[in-house]
Amino acid sequence: MEDKRLLKPQKRREFVRNAGRIALLLPIGYYGGALLKATTAEAWVWQIDPYECGQCGRCETHCVLTPSAVKCYHQYQMCGYCDLCGGYLRQGIRNINTGAESQLCPTGAIKRTFIEDPYFEYTIIEELCIGCAKCVKGCADFGNGSLYLQINHDICVNCNECSIARACPPQAIKRVPLSEPYLLKEGYGE
Amino acid sequence: MRRLLLILLVLIMLPAVWCDTLNGQQRFPMPEFESGYEYPEHVPPPSPRGLAMEYIDVVLLVAAMSLAAWFALRRRSRNGIIWLGVFSVIWFGFVREGCVCSIGSLQNVSLALFGTGYTIPLVVLLFFVLPLLFTLAFGRVFCSAVCPLGALQELTSVWPVKVPQRVESALSVIPYLYLALALLFAATGSTFIICRYDPYVGFFRLSAPFSMLIFGFLLLAAGLFIYRPYCRFLCPYGVILNWLSRFSGKHLTITPAECIDCRLCGDACPTNAILPSNSEEKLQERRKGRRLFTLSLALIPILMVAGYFIVGSSYYHLASVNNDVSLAREIRAWQEHQVPATSREAEAFMSSGRTYEDLFTSEARLTGKFRRGSGYVGLFLGLSLGIALLSTSLRERRTEYLPHRGRCVSCARCFEYCPVKAENRKV
Ligand code: SF4
Ligand code: SF4
Ligand code: SF4
Ligand code: SF4
Repeated sequence: MEDKRLLKPQKRREFVRNAGRIALLLPIGYYGGALLKATTAEAWVWQIDPYECGQCGRCETHCVLTPSAVKCYHQYQMCGYCDLCGGYLRQGIRNINTGAESQLCPTGAIKRTFIEDPYFEYTIIEELCIGCAKCVKGCADFGNGSLYLQINHDICVNCNECSIARACPPQAIKRVPLSEPYLLKEGYGE
Repeated sequence: MRRLLLILLVLIMLPAVWCDTLNGQQRFPMPEFESGYEYPEHVPPPSPRGLAMEYIDVVLLVAAMSLAAWFALRRRSRNGIIWLGVFSVIWFGFVREGCVCSIGSLQNVSLALFGTGYTIPLVVLLFFVLPLLFTLAFGRVFCSAVCPLGALQELTSVWPVKVPQRVESALSVIPYLYLALALLFAATGSTFIICRYDPYVGFFRLSAPFSMLIFGFLLLAAGLFIYRPYCRFLCPYGVILNWLSRFSGKHLTITPAECIDCRLCGDACPTNAILPSNSEEKLQERRKGRRLFTLSLALIPILMVAGYFIVGSSYYHLASVNNDVSLAREIRAWQEHQVPATSREAEAFMSSGRTYEDLFTSEARLTGKFRRGSGYVGLFLGLSLGIALLSTSLRERRTEYLPHRGRCVSCARCFEYCPVKAENRKV
């Protein structure tokens, strides 16, 4: 008699548990199945659409990494190779020189090389670039727009939600497939 | 009137024209080099983690959970759990750098189900669903040693002190709120709060925003004494796992054989998850419990309605988290009350070529979503609170010491407290 009374609550618990398990499996199966049909085998990564970027500078400050995973890239086939480069030199510089005080880039990440009269080549030293978009803005405002930002996927840790994307004023940062992780600018030529 | 329309049209078109020039037009011709100069290439490097890696992670996830289940239920090995935890912290934490984790993936699922324009990757769906299934089968073995956040906290809990039951119950309301808000913000495509406020992911990446770094260190320091503070008082995924685990098919047991009611394990559990045997409890108290039970049962609908109206009425403030909504409000304040719209967002909008109509339609759609969504949040919170009350009044009769299947994270600490040996098991 005593034994039976002790067993009862255990039986009941078992029953509740089994019923509950089935009741919980149903929605998991239903929604999981519905989503399964709509999945992609690809993975997403984040990238800046250079044609939407407004060069606000938040790429430097809002990445979870320091320095930012965003770096500047150069589409040489858009560049005018100008002596008076809007991306290299500060505005209002009297005489062109390569001193730090006349450079726009705060870390001196742009190298200026003489090619032939009157052309100069500008090269980004990626290790120094902090993604501040100052040169990009200069180039967009006064030049051909050949400098632009991209998220470097060798550095980016691919956050589930890119914190720059959340902060980007024109919402220029989008999910792109891992197999094509860049949105590069095309040259004017050819 | 027509002129007005024309001006308006020009005003609307103007940003579109400007936008084209924004990213540079060709102001200077391409140079014609005579020295045979060749254009260098400057292309960014590919991602070192290919797609195959993602699937390897899924395989490792399943392997680790199986191993955890084996350690907790079969081998009954605390050491096994610890070493598996070390592996998970290294692999799912430092190597994988935290993202996408199962906790965060619930936002991806919410966005895919209720949001627009997002296709969920299979890997992310698997990271969400697989731990659920394992928990339904074996209890929270995912939490014991596979979740990188859980494992990190497990390994760093050096002197766990007991948190008073009342404090514990009060604080465990937070994860429910966190879960509901995370789902709402993800469903509306606003933001992923779980990821933004993940305190530990900064350690895995060795880099984080300053405020999160401080939060992370504080929580880690607290974790030395308070066992798994994130798991117990914050983790939104833990809420789901808690409920699934209560109905799990199998679950670890404190004793390897038959409980002899010796009370030795009573204080062993750092999560207050060991339910003592109460076979001697007075009949009178059980009767009191029954009265409380009916009372709280009647309270559930009242709480739900209250939640619906309280949270539901705050939808306006909740919606301001969304970028489009806050931008639209700023623009409207400027149009209607001449409040200058000076934010970067407003500036970017003005020069983007996006129409006012588009923005306001989006705002209306999102606000509607927030209105409905916050109602659901309220209902959910009311229901959860009601059920919590209900379960405190439940007086189950237990003749042995049992782990509370919801709260137990399968850490295996209690095993060594039990004096019963496995050989004593009655077949
Ligand atoms: S946050 Fe957006 S607009 Fe600002 S620099 Fe980065 S991509 Fe450009
Ligand atoms: S995904 Fe994360 S690491 Fe990558 S750019 Fe965005 S914030 Fe930085
Ligand atoms: S409760 Fe959350 S954080 Fe803790 S182990 Fe479980 S899933 Fe991970
Ligand atoms: S295994 Fe469960 S019941 Fe035992 S100490 Fe760990 S959390 Fe508590």
